[in-house]
Amino acid sequence: MSEIRDVAIDLGNVHTEHMKLNVGPQHPSTHGVLRLMVELEGEIVVDVVPHIGYLHRCFEKVCEQNTYTQIVPYVDRMDYVNSMNNELPYVIGVEKLLGITVSERIEAIRVICAELDRIASHEIAVATFGMDAGAFTPFLYLFRDREKILWVLEKLSGSRLLYNYIRIGGLMRDVYPTFKDDLRDIIKTVRETNAEINNLLNDNKIFVERCANIGILPPDVAINYGASGPMLRASGVRHDLRRVDPYSIYNKLDFEVCVGTGTMGTVGDSWDRNWVRMLEMEQSLRIIEQAMEMITDSSEDVRAGIPKRIAPKGELYSRAENPKGELGFYIVGDGKAKPQRVKGRSPCYVNLSIIPEISKGYMFADLIIILGSIDIVLGEIDR
Amino acid sequence: MESNFILELLGNNIWAYLITAAIPLVFVVVYALVAILGELKIASWVQDRLGPMRTGPWGIIQPVAEVVKLLQKEDITPRNANKPLFNTAPFVVFTGSFAAFAVIPYSSKFIPADINLGVFYIFAVSSFTVIAILMGGWASNNKYSVLGAVRSASQMISYEIPTSLSIIAIAALSNTLSVSGIINSQSGWFWNWNLLGGQGSAIKYLFIPFLLVLFIVYFVGSLAEANRTPFDIPEGESEIVGGYHTEYSSMKFAMFYFAEYANMYVVSAMITIMFLGGWNSPFGDFMNSPIWQAFWFIAKAMSFVFVQLWLRWTLPRVRVDQLMHICWKVMLPAAFVSLIGISLLGVIK
Amino acid sequence: MLPNEIFDKLKIEFGEEIISLNEDPGYEPSIKVEPTNLVDIMLFLRDEEGLEFDYPSCLSGVDLGANLGVVYNLYSMKRAHKITIKVEVPKEAPDVPSCELVWRSFDWHEREAYDLLGINFVGHHNLTRILLPDDWEGHPLRKDYVQPDYFHGMKVPY
Repeated sequence: MSEIRDVAIDLGNVHTEHMKLNVGPQHPSTHGVLRLMVELEGEIVVDVVPHIGYLHRCFEKVCEQNTYTQIVPYVDRMDYVNSMNNELPYVIGVEKLLGITVSERIEAIRVICAELDRIASHEIAVATFGMDAGAFTPFLYLFRDREKILWVLEKLSGSRLLYNYIRIGGLMRDVYPTFKDDLRDIIKTVRETNAEINNLLNDNKIFVERCANIGILPPDVAINYGASGPMLRASGVRHDLRRVDPYSIYNKLDFEVCVGTGTMGTVGDSWDRNWVRMLEMEQSLRIIEQAMEMITDSSEDVRAGIPKRIAPKGELYSRAENPKGELGFYIVGDGKAKPQRVKGRSPCYVNLSIIPEISKGYMFADLIIILGSIDIVLGEIDR
Repeated sequence: MESNFILELLGNNIWAYLITAAIPLVFVVVYALVAILGELKIASWVQDRLGPMRTGPWGIIQPVAEVVKLLQKEDITPRNANKPLFNTAPFVVFTGSFAAFAVIPYSSKFIPADINLGVFYIFAVSSFTVIAILMGGWASNNKYSVLGAVRSASQMISYEIPTSLSIIAIAALSNTLSVSGIINSQSGWFWNWNLLGGQGSAIKYLFIPFLLVLFIVYFVGSLAEANRTPFDIPEGESEIVGGYHTEYSSMKFAMFYFAEYANMYVVSAMITIMFLGGWNSPFGDFMNSPIWQAFWFIAKAMSFVFVQLWLRWTLPRVRVDQLMHICWKVMLPAAFVSLIGISLLGVIK
Repeated sequence: MLPNEIFDKLKIEFGEEIISLNEDPGYEPSIKVEPTNLVDIMLFLRDEEGLEFDYPSCLSGVDLGANLGVVYNLYSMKRAHKITIKVEVPKEAPDVPSCELVWRSFDWHEREAYDLLGINFVGHHNLTRILLPDDWEGHPLRKDYVQPDYFHGMKVPY
């Protein structure tokens, strides 16, 4: 036998390098036109740099050139999957500047619309999150339910997605006679489907393995980054603007603030973020049930309170709990019909900025899961 | 040739062999159309919708329309692609899938090539697909394609080991690698199927736990080898767009598509051959004529194709490391234990 | 804690840096500060017992005519109070110290304010355009902004 020798392999010319991968702007899982510059070492994510702005529509510049009433439809187009929730903080802000209040009945209708749209938005979030994990079927189940909600809102406002329904000082029109029956129908359907989605998706072993312990966001980091909404609550922070800074009639309603508990992994992982959304849908249904009782049949004219001239002087930061988080409008009025400045504080914009922090060291497939769990809408990020 | 009625009818000449080769090709085309329709329809029923309804009654002409649509598409070759490799890959992948059909039986009277290494042969030619996918993915000059191709290669090669162990175990049980031999060893009523211990005296019931494990190992492994959900990470749409076939269009894409469906049938047929008694009727000699045998074989295989479609529209996708974990740390030990158990019991038997 | 208490506390700590408290009706209570010591003031607001503004709500750049303003809306989760901090800088030299290390959330907000208003956040690690293309000229949210006719051969006004 020949003697055993150490075989020295010359690695002089062999070197490895990180692969730079542009995820997007055209990619199935970036939920719009987002570009993530991902640096990969094999399948491991080394660095993520989000590039946004592909959908920039000059929202803030447009606002400065329109009257306060004309801005409402533009606000709709920020987060185009839950327009009612976008209108609410803006309208409340302008009403505060003007010093006008609306009746409890109108507030109840507003809250019902907002919560319906919150359910619709969360349904999209859970559906697309499932799709990011490779489960296609829950997507269609949830979209079927969302369609029901959209029908009701269409009957109410005349449009399917961008409602322009909540007006400064009132509403576009009163509810139709069978509104409450439709709401009861929606509540029943959403409860049934959510139970099914829990069976099919949220408790699925593969799904849990994919999402639990992925993209853990510790509470202190979440707060420092200004995360809000389900993203923040999943980290265990009991912070819901509907509770801590109540607006409209939320202080009269009984609902829970749902937080992540780390049921399947660690507090603040992707599974928790998704689960908080599922829990919030149930709470929204409860809110709708209570607010329904506040809509009494009356001959009130919901347009009566709409002021003829809207030219407030003053400034304020008006915020409300959007399904994605804290949607704020910093409105500066200088006594003219057009605002001097409207700044939209988009929750998705802030939540997305966390992604480099929480996705390093995970695999590429996990990055998609993390991105899906943040639930972004590019229309709001780019404005 | 007892196992090929065409050779019996026409004698041992070139025409007989051509017809023998043509029948599987026709079968594959018809099967692919049925499977595409099945995928569309099963997906829509699972998802509480109707699926295609406009093309023909209940949309049954839809797969034809899809093929025509694919044919009409522009055939794009990326400028910086490695053209020879890029253009050959679809043909190699289809060749690999179709070659397996040479030994897949239809009934006891028609096995295109009844070679004595049939199961081994299927196993060998299926590996062709890996080469083709690597070729296509690498030549596309696209990062997503490379990622998909590398994932695919690692996945398919890994999963070949547990599946090959279950094949070896079945060969040990049946004492043959020939397709007809394995099937004949399971003749009779359905309790003679390998899944239920094969033929033999009471001692065969000891085999059942091992065979059940092997059945599950083979089924899961075959899902991974056919790149089906939950193991469809090489083409995981949400992550790497289309994986290795991102850059393919038109007929070349259709070839990949076609090969995937053909592969689904091959693995289902393998399950049928190895565990479910092949062409044998479940009821002994009842309905066991050669024509019925074809019915039984295709029905058994198609039921597994159905299971694959059903799984695809139900389950999410696993991650690469989880996939490897399942393969190396769960399935491989299970397959080894079963193989040893079956070999030892075989000695007693 | 009420805005005037916060104002008093800041006044004691920083003295002349804190210019004024604005409590006009219609306006949210806001404290105007000098930009020179901004980061220290922000750190004080974040860490001082009793203030603890841990949550950065919003950062907005505003064109005030001759000056550019930056408005910080802060909120405290522990104490459930909020305050608005304002900074004004001249348009010719719009230098504001960056607060991105105080609250990481302001990283992207400051980039946005730079992008749309041209406020230069000194000390920001990556002050590049975020919403507009990298080679866009001018800062569109300024009141004196003139829209270009063409951008890379594409007509801009529609």
